[in-house]
Amino acid sequence: MNLTTLKTLSFILVLAFSNNLSAQKLDQILSRGEVHGNFQLDMQYYQEDSLIGASEVPEDVLMNAFANINYINGNFSAGFRYESYLNPLLGYPTKYKGNGIGYRYASFTKEKMSVTVGNYYEQFGNGLIFRTYEARGLGYDNVMDGIRINYKITEGLNVKGIIGKQRLYFEYGEGILRGIDGELMINDFLGGALKDSKTKVTLGGSFISKFQADQSSQYNLPENVGAYSGRFDIRRGKVSFNGEYAKKINDPSADNNFIYKEGEAFFAQTTYSTKGFGLTLSAKGVDNMSFRSDRNASLIDLQINYLPALTRQHAYNLLATLYPYATQPNGEVAFQGEMVKKFKKGSFLGGKYGTSILLNYSTVYNIDSTALPAGDTTQMGYTSNLFAVGDEKYYEEINIEITKKFSKKVKAIFTYSNMVFNQAVIQGKPAVDYPTVYANIGVIDVTYKFKKKHAIRAEFQGLFTKQDQQDWATVLLEYTFSPHWFVAVMDQYNYGNKYKEKKIHYYFASVGYVKGGNRIALGYGKQRAGIFCIGGVCRNVPAASGLTLSITSSF
Amino acid sequence: MKKLTLLSILIIASFAFTSPNETRTIPSVNLKNLEGKTVNTSSFNNDGKPMIINFWATWCSPCKRELNNIADVYEDWVEETGVKLIAISIDDARNSGKVAPYVNGKGWEYEVYIDSNQDFKRALNVNNVPHTFLVNGKGEIVWQHNSYSEGDEDELYEAVKKLAAGEELNSKK
Repeated sequence: MNLTTLKTLSFILVLAFSNNLSAQKLDQILSRGEVHGNFQLDMQYYQEDSLIGASEVPEDVLMNAFANINYINGNFSAGFRYESYLNPLLGYPTKYKGNGIGYRYASFTKEKMSVTVGNYYEQFGNGLIFRTYEARGLGYDNVMDGIRINYKITEGLNVKGIIGKQRLYFEYGEGILRGIDGELMINDFLGGALKDSKTKVTLGGSFISKFQADQSSQYNLPENVGAYSGRFDIRRGKVSFNGEYAKKINDPSADNNFIYKEGEAFFAQTTYSTKGFGLTLSAKGVDNMSFRSDRNASLIDLQINYLPALTRQHAYNLLATLYPYATQPNGEVAFQGEMVKKFKKGSFLGGKYGTSILLNYSTVYNIDSTALPAGDTTQMGYTSNLFAVGDEKYYEEINIEITKKFSKKVKAIFTYSNMVFNQAVIQGKPAVDYPTVYANIGVIDVTYKFKKKHAIRAEFQGLFTKQDQQDWATVLLEYTFSPHWFVAVMDQYNYGNKYKEKKIHYYFASVGYVKGGNRIALGYGKQRAGIFCIGGVCRNVPAASGLTLSITSSF
Repeated sequence: MKKLTLLSILIIASFAFTSPNETRTIPSVNLKNLEGKTVNTSSFNNDGKPMIINFWATWCSPCKRELNNIADVYEDWVEETGVKLIAISIDDARNSGKVAPYVNGKGWEYEVYIDSNQDFKRALNVNNVPHTFLVNGKGEIVWQHNSYSEGDEDELYEAVKKLAAGEELNSKK
């Protein structure tokens, strides 16, 4: 018997039938209700293709699908997500096999308090000590199951409390999480003249603790592990400054090799922006901050916190999927700067239709640390300073993007990137065989709207490197007939690969139809093995060949 | 347990069938505006004129194409119909700090909010970004469109003009 299902049910019943409602009144209440939802299905027919390394799939056809159904009636809402993996698509976590209800909840708001029972996604601050979220496309879902209470104590002061377990495929992890977060917006809280002050100050603090029984005979493991963080955010007109610092007490785990050292992290960011110009500078440090509700978990399982990668998040194929950066929770220091500038129409650089430029620089290093000498008995692992940059570069990128409209019909985006990617560290490969990749990448993205509703878009991408798989080129042609149709063909070619048999064309063609909240797409071709990332999560997807069908719907 | 799950699904489903309500309203969710202040979505209004709610992200190319294309004609749209565009960024801590500089840097005149926990996205059952909703003067969602192709803004604007003129749209959802 699943307790939370019972809870969900009883809440619905209590709300619907309390206070001896008359049938008429009940009818009135129910008539305010709305039911909405969404649906997604991805299906693939696989063909064996030894050339690209796509192995045979015994089922021939694999499918992932889900539907969310939500009921909302005033301050009450309830819903569930039915998920179906028959069997999961290649590259998707295989533990999802089968059907089930992956998410169900009921929630209501009464005056200043809202209560959620069942599943909920939540985050404290930037997520450095707590964030549950989903990236369905990757199979990432660490949703909570339990109770959440939000309470607005007074104007400007909000408190959230959570307790629960985290989702692990169709089960829940062993650990129990308990947490509290408070956020104080000083201007609203103190009121008076401050309320209209141009300077806005927000302060926040969080605490979270996990419990997991110690079943180890080898170590004396802490059963309750606490983490806390404090944050601030100050804004005045064009300028903002915010930061968060987090600390975690000793938390021996498979990730840190069962050391007893404490963990630390910080995140700081300042921005300046005015019409036509924007600037963001950010810095981050992470030391021993992997945090999971099961100390033995690995990969994408049961992560409690979120350590955002401070690098540009890319959208173009060669930039996004060959060398994507993922935060190293055991230790890294990162810096990023981004500038956006729009040149006015009619100015020298702006031209007749305007030009804009985006510059991004990011770099990530290890933190300076010293391993404790052999024979050390403290089990502390190493000594380090969170604010000291080490000498091993993990990642660096200079990225320039220029958007220019040439006429009413033609516009283009030009991108150049220079990337340094330490694959041994980021992807955990042996350094001897996998040296750091130095790559130059260029993308030209041209849109030609030749007739009202009709447009052709072309992407020409090139990635040039002497390391790893050497040079790549991608050409994408897309024809759209607004608002319903699109047809696209793409070819990715590893033309520079030093092995002749690996100079492969990965062609892919797709056609799709969109109407309102519905979208149906069919595709056929070869997909190269790659790393697909959403947010901070990446997943290796093996090469595949065949026919794909994708349907999404929202109602 | 399976029976219970089924029962609760049936109860929710029966709610749906007893409901003669065909209008769709904006669900109530807390978001942050670019000043860092918490704003509830139930306060969204445009004095009886139509509103566009558009979900986007700084890492989403078609989203940025759509909002940059609309930005070129937005002044005319506002002047002709009084429409307001509310842009909901679903960026999380990795990129949420870049939203205001991007919006200002591109010179967008939209009302922008950040939905970093994606509560609003879930409440409106958005699968992927970009996703656009059109809200009539009574605050009812009357139209939606998923994804973006060049020229889609023309179809959107046709619908906006109809609403501004007090006409009904053909497809309710």
